[in-house]
Amino acid sequence: MLSPAVDIITTPLLQVDRVSLQYRSTTAVVQATHDVSFDVYPADRFVLLGPSGCGKSSLLKATAGFIKPSAGAIRLDGQIITRPGPDRIVVFQEFDQLPPWKTVLQNVMFPLLASRTLGKREAAERAAHYLDKVGLSRFANAYPHTLSGGMKARVAIARALAMQPKILLMDEPFAALDALTRRKMQEELLILWEEVRFTLLFVTHSIEEALVVGNRILLLSPHPGRVRAEINSHQYDLQSLGSVSFQETARRIHRLLFDEGAPEPAQVGFQDVRFSY
Amino acid sequence: MPLYPPIRPEYEVPLTPLTAVPLQRKLPLAQRLWQQSWLRKSLILILLALLWELLARWQNNDLLLPGFVQTAQAFVDGVVSGELLEKVGISLQVLIKGYLIGIAMAFVLTTLAVSTQLGRDFLSTLTAMFNPLPAIALLPLALLWFGLGQDSLIFVLIHSVVWALALNTYTGFLGVSETLRMAGRNYGLRGLRFVLFILVPAALPSILAGLRIGWAFAWRTLIAAELVFGASSGKGGLGWYIFQNRNELFTDKVFAGLAMVIIIGLLVENLGFNTIERLTVKRWGMQR
Repeated sequence: MLSPAVDIITTPLLQVDRVSLQYRSTTAVVQATHDVSFDVYPADRFVLLGPSGCGKSSLLKATAGFIKPSAGAIRLDGQIITRPGPDRIVVFQEFDQLPPWKTVLQNVMFPLLASRTLGKREAAERAAHYLDKVGLSRFANAYPHTLSGGMKARVAIARALAMQPKILLMDEPFAALDALTRRKMQEELLILWEEVRFTLLFVTHSIEEALVVGNRILLLSPHPGRVRAEINSHQYDLQSLGSVSFQETARRIHRLLFDEGAPEPAQVGFQDVRFSY
Repeated sequence: MPLYPPIRPEYEVPLTPLTAVPLQRKLPLAQRLWQQSWLRKSLILILLALLWELLARWQNNDLLLPGFVQTAQAFVDGVVSGELLEKVGISLQVLIKGYLIGIAMAFVLTTLAVSTQLGRDFLSTLTAMFNPLPAIALLPLALLWFGLGQDSLIFVLIHSVVWALALNTYTGFLGVSETLRMAGRNYGLRGLRFVLFILVPAALPSILAGLRIGWAFAWRTLIAAELVFGASSGKGGLGWYIFQNRNELFTDKVFAGLAMVIIIGLLVENLGFNTIERLTVKRWGMQR
């Protein structure tokens, strides 16, 4: 199902180059990540995976331009990222990312109009097109508070895709959904990727989700976040959930993240891994 | 001995479309009527008027407490002769001018406050200083500065509107969720466009509360100011109408004037603010 992109491009789209991120509170400076480097290529589904406190969300926010690195640089198409912009659209986890005063259609049109990318008519057309892609055409005139969690997530994805950003940033977009809806959303995201071939930077703390959604996974260790490994996962999708090699990779990731080289305890089965949401 | 539940056979129920039972049922007429808030509110008003009339009949002194019927008579007379409406027109004209300028000033102040640290300190200091100060207390000064006329009234009106509104708006701005802020900035919104497209709609419940409070403060201040000196460029407003009729002991006309203030308040509340609320924050699901 997930064949690699037809045009293989060898220059990275996003270059994260020895980035350190710091949080400043009133009393202290907290190191979120230390010396993190990775490259994201066009049409990648690049996953940042790690336990809480590994700075994966901070890295995504830095890519979005909300946080300035204290050292290193993040380049998109060779340009250093200095501030938020509509060429990198973020899909947040929270349901309140959709302005409640706009209908579904207006929500999808909002970034197109706010960034003055398109005129009103073209924006409406494109918004309708992407709403159709996520299967929400019928709800174009509904207000967000009338939608279910999964539908809100779909609107947020349609809104992000309609902007046709250089890179799509997703910060645990499905973490607040129930397990069944989450599974469905992962499936739909992969189908959308098959059609549109967008570049995706995806943050999650679920090993299973990382393996299913991503084609390449960056593992981060916590306190502060440092690169632990980069792992290929292009061979897995929702169909390979129970397969032997899938389980083995999941175990390997688990070991890399938590055991720090100690021999794997015999009683850690796949069950422990897959429900690590 | 460990207890085991019995092993029961599995079973399946084939589902057929449910047609016999209606999925939705209308409420009885009385209950549906009772759901109409205007009907309930009208009932409250009728009960109050009835109570008033009974009290006045029992009191039996027109000079102290004219009854509902008598007041209604004076009210209708005032409206028909055009005197009452003319006074209302004069008052409303001043009121709306002061109110709008107050809103504009509050918007500028809060926009500064959310965008710069100095603006924030400026707003919080000024609000702390002037919010507790009754606007009417500034009237003597205003008369000295702007003379006997509309300008003095507008000055105290602005003062009564701006602090309450600015405080509410600013509190509303601070409560806008971080996700919405980031989403807006993500789309390249900055400065005034960020305030207009993200902060104002997101903080609309607080802003509406501020507008309500400001409107009430403005009315109070205006009537009080007119009671004090009344004539604005030779013509008095509603407060002056009340004051004059009290002097001439037309108590029913005083009541008619007061009733006018109340009626305008009710109209603005129910037709103005409630409509805005229904079309915006309630429709958007931000307020129940």
